[in-house]
Amino acid sequence: MTRVASFSVDYVQHLSPSGELVGAHKTDLATDFDKIKSLYKLMVMTRIFDAKAISLQRTGKLGTYASCLGHEAIHVAIGAAMKHEDVFAPMYREYGAQFYRGVKMSEVLLYWGGDEQGSNFSGPAHDFPWCVPIATQNMHAAGAALAFKLRKEPRCAVTVIGDGGSSKGDFLESINAASAFKLPMVLVIVNNGWAISVPRKKQSSGQTLAQKGIAGGLPSIQVDGNDLFAVHEVMSKALERARNGGGATVIEAITYRLSDHTTADDASRYRPKEEVENARKFEPILRLRQYLMNQNQWSVQQENTLIEECKGKVEEAVQEYLNAPKPKVTDMFDYMYADLPHDLQEQRKYAQELENNG
Amino acid sequence: MAKITLVEAVTMALAHELEHDKSVVVLGEDVGINGGVFRATSGLAERFGEDRVIDTPLAEAMIAGLTVGMATQGMKPVAEAQFMGFIFPMVEQIVCHAARFRNRTRGRLSCPLVIRAPFGGGIHAPEHHSESVEAIFAHIPGIRVVIPSSPSRAYGLLLAAIRDPDPVIFLEPKRIYRLNKEEVIDDGEELPLDMCFELKEGSDITLVTWGSMVKETMEAATMLEQQGISAEVIDVATVSPIDMETIHESVKKTGRCVIIQEAARHCSVGSEIAACLAENGLYSLMAPVKRVAGYDVIMPLFKTEKKYMPSVQRILKAVNEVMEVS
Repeated sequence: MTRVASFSVDYVQHLSPSGELVGAHKTDLATDFDKIKSLYKLMVMTRIFDAKAISLQRTGKLGTYASCLGHEAIHVAIGAAMKHEDVFAPMYREYGAQFYRGVKMSEVLLYWGGDEQGSNFSGPAHDFPWCVPIATQNMHAAGAALAFKLRKEPRCAVTVIGDGGSSKGDFLESINAASAFKLPMVLVIVNNGWAISVPRKKQSSGQTLAQKGIAGGLPSIQVDGNDLFAVHEVMSKALERARNGGGATVIEAITYRLSDHTTADDASRYRPKEEVENARKFEPILRLRQYLMNQNQWSVQQENTLIEECKGKVEEAVQEYLNAPKPKVTDMFDYMYADLPHDLQEQRKYAQELENNG
Repeated sequence: MAKITLVEAVTMALAHELEHDKSVVVLGEDVGINGGVFRATSGLAERFGEDRVIDTPLAEAMIAGLTVGMATQGMKPVAEAQFMGFIFPMVEQIVCHAARFRNRTRGRLSCPLVIRAPFGGGIHAPEHHSESVEAIFAHIPGIRVVIPSSPSRAYGLLLAAIRDPDPVIFLEPKRIYRLNKEEVIDDGEELPLDMCFELKEGSDITLVTWGSMVKETMEAATMLEQQGISAEVIDVATVSPIDMETIHESVKKTGRCVIIQEAARHCSVGSEIAACLAENGLYSLMAPVKRVAGYDVIMPLFKTEKKYMPSVQRILKAVNEVMEVS
């Protein structure tokens, strides 16, 4: 017997749960305190936004909302590692990355508040909107990356999927496309342990989810998803490689979904409280704050000021959302086609008349 | 001027757009050096290179997903589904994404793609190679479904489909891929989408059809002429959205209508046309509208396929029944 191929999956961590730098290799970001603080601030802002969105839903001012609680390091690191001209194809809870790219908090609220205008957002005009069907967005990223490659543009596509979504054919087909066409692309599996009520172990008996990338011929790596430094480094390297013609990478970022799946879900039905409480010890904001404080770069007073600032900005966004003009009945027709077909013109007229006479 | 077949007209249109629009790419299974299993992309890879005519891995959902992704980023991809029977993995990308991008982003992103697929029976093909499921796509808002029925219409409509700023499902009736030849000038002149074509003028009855059934319908119309029945023949061409205005105008004149399609009858494009006539054209009608369609059964394997598909005989029978109503 001859071994024809062999594989391994590395795990990257720089910042321990107690906020200590670990490992022999030092990452550049760990000493760039201005940058760390700006990213930390966005992580805190995202968390405060998230809590507010949930309370808006609970008080009937927002539709179903998908929380990002606990995923802030992954999301903000993705945003920070990307360039504006790159394209982002998210699933539906990567707000931290989108805020970094210029999407407004009020636009996220508009989307979950039932208004298509939310997806006509202020982020890069070429970015994909939220994608609910699971893993189909991975193939859009592959298509975008193929367009960049064919046009010889130095741009990359970044896409996100969950541990549950990694079971879908679309995810695997996008890995295969990225491999076959050597696409400038990064696929991030946000493994938060739960696909609504189904735990990670029921998705696959594979030791890692990253190894699905290896099966497709892509370099694949696992990273501590609660460690901003590690995710930022792994993302940056993958993007650099992609931009230089080296092809795609699969990154499995390990984190934990501290929230329910969405506001329509009740996770207490299927997972023990103790598991969630334990996971809180590993969450990303706590450890980054601890690191900054250990380095004498952050104080309780600064923290309190930041929280007040964030609350103010979130409140402004909420007001902007609540005061946004309501969609017109004709809007549902006007963006169906570049030119409205005859039959739809008649339906539009009927709906408009009904509205006027109603 | 050389006469060409319908499938050659498809190739000619693809070549024209590849030549004149750098954002156009052709992709699919075996579309490269092999030129497609029906040779619709024959010679294109040699002429335009592997970056413009792309052989993909064997994964239809991926082909559709790539196509959607490319289209949102300013390209005009023309993907081939090798047979309509293999289009189903593409349906999620078409329905959930291609059809919706313009609307759900309020115009920020659009999806100017074409997915071509040979469809229909009558060529003694294996299982899953003969179905006509245009109604599945016709039901979906946000896309166009276009079906040519001659070489010149294949050329002009495919040009229009590629240039259209919205997604188009372009279904090619493979039974008539090489049925007859027609002079087609490669002048880049497109034909209008969303419009019927009147193939024969008549005064006694309107025959509405599309795709390969245009052949049987025209034959029936010629035979009816000998019986003294003047049939008007309309090729719907864009089966979604349907140009009902042309059909209504014709029925106003003739007072009678038979709809002929290869697809199964239930919830079909023919059903929609009949319903529109009932809703808005009832007072023009002197007799009930009839549909001549495939039976509501699984498309049979090829020993029985001819008995499934509407024949000239079935069309004549329906027309005579409709003509008998006074």
